Amino acid sequence: MEPVLEIRNLNVEYGLGDRAVRAVRDVNLTLHRGEVLGLAGESGSGKSTLAYGLTRLLAPPGVITGGEVIYHPEKGDPYDVLGLSDKALRAFRWAETAIVFQGAMNSLNPVHKISTQLTDVLKAHDPNMSEHSRNARAREMLKLVGISPDRMDAYPHQLSGGMRQRVMIGMALILQPQVVIMDEPTTALDVVMQRQILGQLIELRERLGFSVIFITHDLSLLVEFSNRIAIMYGGRIVEEAPASTIYRDALHPYSKGLLSSFPALRGPRRELAGIPGSPPDLAGMPTGCSFHPRCPKAFEPCSTHIPVLGRPDSPDGAARSVACWLHPTEQPVG
Amino acid sequence: MTIPTSSTAQVIPGQGAMAAPEAAKPAKAKRQRFLFLKNKKAAFGLIILGLYVLFAIIGPWITPYDPDARSNDLVQPPSADHWFGTTHLGQDVFSQVLDGTRPVVFVGFLAGTIATVLSVIIGITAGYLGGKTDDTLSALSNVFLVIPAIPLMIIITSILDNASNLLIALIIGLTSWSWNARVLRAQTLSLRRRDYIEASRATGEKTWRIIGFELLPNLTAVIASGFIGTVIFAVLSLITLAFIGIVSAAGWNWGTILFWAQGQQALAQGAWWWFVPAGLAIAFLGTALSLINFAIDEFVSPRLRSAGKTKLKTASGGTVRMRIGFTPVLSNSPEPHTRAQIHPDAMTPVAREATK
Repeated sequence: MEPVLEIRNLNVEYGLGDRAVRAVRDVNLTLHRGEVLGLAGESGSGKSTLAYGLTRLLAPPGVITGGEVIYHPEKGDPYDVLGLSDKALRAFRWAETAIVFQGAMNSLNPVHKISTQLTDVLKAHDPNMSEHSRNARAREMLKLVGISPDRMDAYPHQLSGGMRQRVMIGMALILQPQVVIMDEPTTALDVVMQRQILGQLIELRERLGFSVIFITHDLSLLVEFSNRIAIMYGGRIVEEAPASTIYRDALHPYSKGLLSSFPALRGPRRELAGIPGSPPDLAGMPTGCSFHPRCPKAFEPCSTHIPVLGRPDSPDGAARSVACWLHPTEQPVG
Repeated sequence: MTIPTSSTAQVIPGQGAMAAPEAAKPAKAKRQRFLFLKNKKAAFGLIILGLYVLFAIIGPWITPYDPDARSNDLVQPPSADHWFGTTHLGQDVFSQVLDGTRPVVFVGFLAGTIATVLSVIIGITAGYLGGKTDDTLSALSNVFLVIPAIPLMIIITSILDNASNLLIALIIGLTSWSWNARVLRAQTLSLRRRDYIEASRATGEKTWRIIGFELLPNLTAVIASGFIGTVIFAVLSLITLAFIGIVSAAGWNWGTILFWAQGQQALAQGAWWWFVPAGLAIAFLGTALSLINFAIDEFVSPRLRSAGKTKLKTASGGTVRMRIGFTPVLSNSPEPHTRAQIHPDAMTPVAREATK
């Protein structure tokens, strides 16, 4: 599959000097064209920092201390997003990569109509577009996300939470970006609405062909909707595999812990188990594998050596990688 | 503990670099002290201000001459004997500037303190209690807002023929609190509806505790910059009064020097040393206070405070400022970045514009 976004050795820190907190460590991740990549992990595992880091949206004192984010446009040569000038970065955003933020439905300005806010983006990125075609585009976008176009002149408070969320998704897609990053876009909604919106997103993706990085701590949601899942812990990716593979046969004890913390709808009953302990303090990470203090299977090398993300030595280990001493890796992936 | 690199390399051949050992960090980062001084503006401003305070204390004791003493060196340019030259009566300008520092600093800080205390009490009370209290206190500060301080002081000091510096400081302090009180009232109005204030009210905290422990820390920056602003205003008021000859009886200050320089037409005589030192002294004091004010503004944001500084150097040697929306990249990748162009057909017009 053709890659659209390649993250190489990305490091993100908060603060400067020796007091800096490394929130994302040596992350390697590839997003393929038309794929939904799920990013899961506990609060504070670096999911959102990774997403904001690769778009350079981190607020101070966030600093990207190393790595590359290679973007492959539909036409033309790939380039490094981290090397773009401010002006080019401004033009790159939204047109190539769009973000739907955490709690996005509160991001709408309450004093402007939906139509104004939708067409504002078009005005900024394509000043020559006529007002008529801008409005037509906004209507089309609303229809795409399942809102009747006669709601164009509604104010945000006249829409329900789910509708506002759809408007935000429509707004993110209005310039037809290649990559859409969704940072827990449905956490504030009820499960029925979550399903509906995600179903629609998948449908849209099939029609428009963009790729999605979907960030959530709800692994069950990812298992259902994403093609691949990457699991983060303590700022690193600890396991990455196709969604069904992770669900059936997770290798990392942390992924297993996450998976056994929600019930399956069908199949035999199994015991629900949480993960004991709490996420690591990023300012004072344990030595070796950062998960070893909480890991039920920790053994001798875990506390001293950091496992490297690589292809596991197992029969079906073609398209997956894991960072765990239980599964010796052959070669690095990524 | 640290891990020897060699053992890592043994476990996974060829990946020693990727699995670079990480030294165990101490559990808690040490609390950094004097962070405020890391800000260059703050450090510079405080050093200058410190010098002024020092001269305000020791100035009158270290003057080489009695600032009032006449001599035969009339209107002499700066020399080894008279560093800043002499006046038309042969008085030493350097001694006058040194001697004049104390009243300026004294009046500035006393008036600033009085005005700040008043504005905090009145502003926060009005904003937090609301209702009739607010109406009354707001009306009061509105009245004080329109009282012209300098004409009032001219009147008062001309009635009392020997106005002391203490009295001048009191008058400036008592008339200049209203603007800060209004600012604090507005800020308090916005803060008192925040969830954490409502929560502390719901848990039954006493009003004085809510104001002292929940509200005041949030207002520190506003109060501090209000204080600095009032000090600047008080210094300038005192110098204005002295310059127009109202308080000349109260001893030397920089305004008095300027008053005599103006009266004796120092500029026309070409006696620049007569007024330049006092003018520079005023300018530097104002600069120092403004620098501290700017530094306080920057220090307000706890995010920036924790970073200590907001400017940082990239690998290529340039300096980047941290700002929202454009995270700085300190790239340490050995090979240069791929700097290919976006294909023009795939770009929106703005993107095309940006890459030109």
